[in-house]
Amino acid sequence: MSAGLDLEFSFSQVLQGLGLTPQLAHLLWLPLPMLLVLVAAVIGVLVTVWLERKISAAAQQRIGPEYAGALGILQPMADGLKLLVKEDVIPAKADGMLFTLGPVLVLVPVILSWLIVPFGQNLLISNVGVGVFLWIALSSIQPIGLLMSGYASNNKYSLLGGLRAAAQSISYEIPLALSVLAVVMMSNSLSTIDIVDQQNGAGLLSWNVWRQPVGFVIFWICVLAECERLPFDLPEAEEELVAGYQTEYAGMKFALFYLGSYINLVLSALLVSVLYLGGWGFPIPVEWMASWLGQEVDTPVIQVFTASIGISMTILKAYLLVFLAILLRWTTPRVRIDQLLDLGWKFLLPISLVNLLATAALKLVFPVAFGG
Amino acid sequence: MFALQGYDAFLGFLLISAAVPVLALVTNKILAPQSRSGERVLTYESGMEPIGGAWIQFNIRYYMFALVFVIFDVETVFLYPWAVAFHRLGLLAFIEALIFIAILVVALAYAWRKGALEWS
Repeated sequence: MSAGLDLEFSFSQVLQGLGLTPQLAHLLWLPLPMLLVLVAAVIGVLVTVWLERKISAAAQQRIGPEYAGALGILQPMADGLKLLVKEDVIPAKADGMLFTLGPVLVLVPVILSWLIVPFGQNLLISNVGVGVFLWIALSSIQPIGLLMSGYASNNKYSLLGGLRAAAQSISYEIPLALSVLAVVMMSNSLSTIDIVDQQNGAGLLSWNVWRQPVGFVIFWICVLAECERLPFDLPEAEEELVAGYQTEYAGMKFALFYLGSYINLVLSALLVSVLYLGGWGFPIPVEWMASWLGQEVDTPVIQVFTASIGISMTILKAYLLVFLAILLRWTTPRVRIDQLLDLGWKFLLPISLVNLLATAALKLVFPVAFGG
Repeated sequence: MFALQGYDAFLGFLLISAAVPVLALVTNKILAPQSRSGERVLTYESGMEPIGGAWIQFNIRYYMFALVFVIFDVETVFLYPWAVAFHRLGLLAFIEALIFIAILVVALAYAWRKGALEWS
């Protein structure tokens, strides 16, 4: 496995060449990947919103947005600007502080989870040791925000929506964590970098989806439920609950919920591709292609080339999953709340426990195939 | 300053991601019009005058799920170190985890039988 492109190292080399201390160079480096990832996340959301509207339109044989920019690509931007200048309405009977804190608590953990999303060997904000567990921990904060905004609105629809959202979140969190656990067991590490490295020995064939087919399906279902995507969008079921916990929200606070849910969708798609679909890996390992062409992997040109392929592959895989999620939205009916809870507790939870134990047993019997 | 590597970035990103909603709300406060008419701040209830508030005693149907959730969430937290170190621990760790999970499966079966997992 090659070291890959290490921008931080090069950056701090340059700064140290200018006479700065390594600590100062590190401090100057720190905000750069964060801002880049934040911008990437926001652009990812704009693209996803546009895709959602266009694909929804296509699924219903409409045209969809078409006037703002070519093919309506500026429409999400226009929506965002509109929401930015909308009046902020806090209902007279609501609790103002909790009402404002709710959407903030929903958004911040979702953005923070991007810390561990890798786009290449060294292309992530920080390779923290707890890795994917950080995401699981952060995703538990979200239900608090939902419950808070549902309760603070002092609206019956909001209250029911908030309670449903919290129940749904906690029901699907355990199968989610257990299916991640099986992946972690195969890579012997929580770090997302190690998880992807472990899958890229033989390209397409070594992706986790072949060794964890059950885990992959469980994870995908749970992710859809955590994002409140359509087969599981009970918390905001518009026919029953108006807009669930968002009912009283307008303007920027509504936009924060909206942004949060789409950032979460893109993040989840990225994590599915990281955990199960080989992350930044090309179906044929780049190292093999380089050796067929007689190139050294460590030359700068090849490194930049590898990194670009890695970023494109990550985004491509993630957007295929986003596309799938949008299609699912228009092809599956909504489940009832009892079906939702039954699916989580009586089906996914036992199966994910069995999946975990089966992975452990297989790892004992075939240590090489399951990560040594 | 940081005992573990990489967590300074976590702190930094926490500040940056917390700044996003703050900036958005402040910009909104500056740009957006402010009119405080009575009708506007009324609680929405499908166009009617709201009857009663939502802050009343109500039956939280999901509290049983919350209890079961706590049990299994703690279980997964205990299993994480086991999974990471599994390649060094071998068969004995597998049997131990099997016993540990079996105890919790009994708890799940009990909750299931008792109807704690029913939405009614």
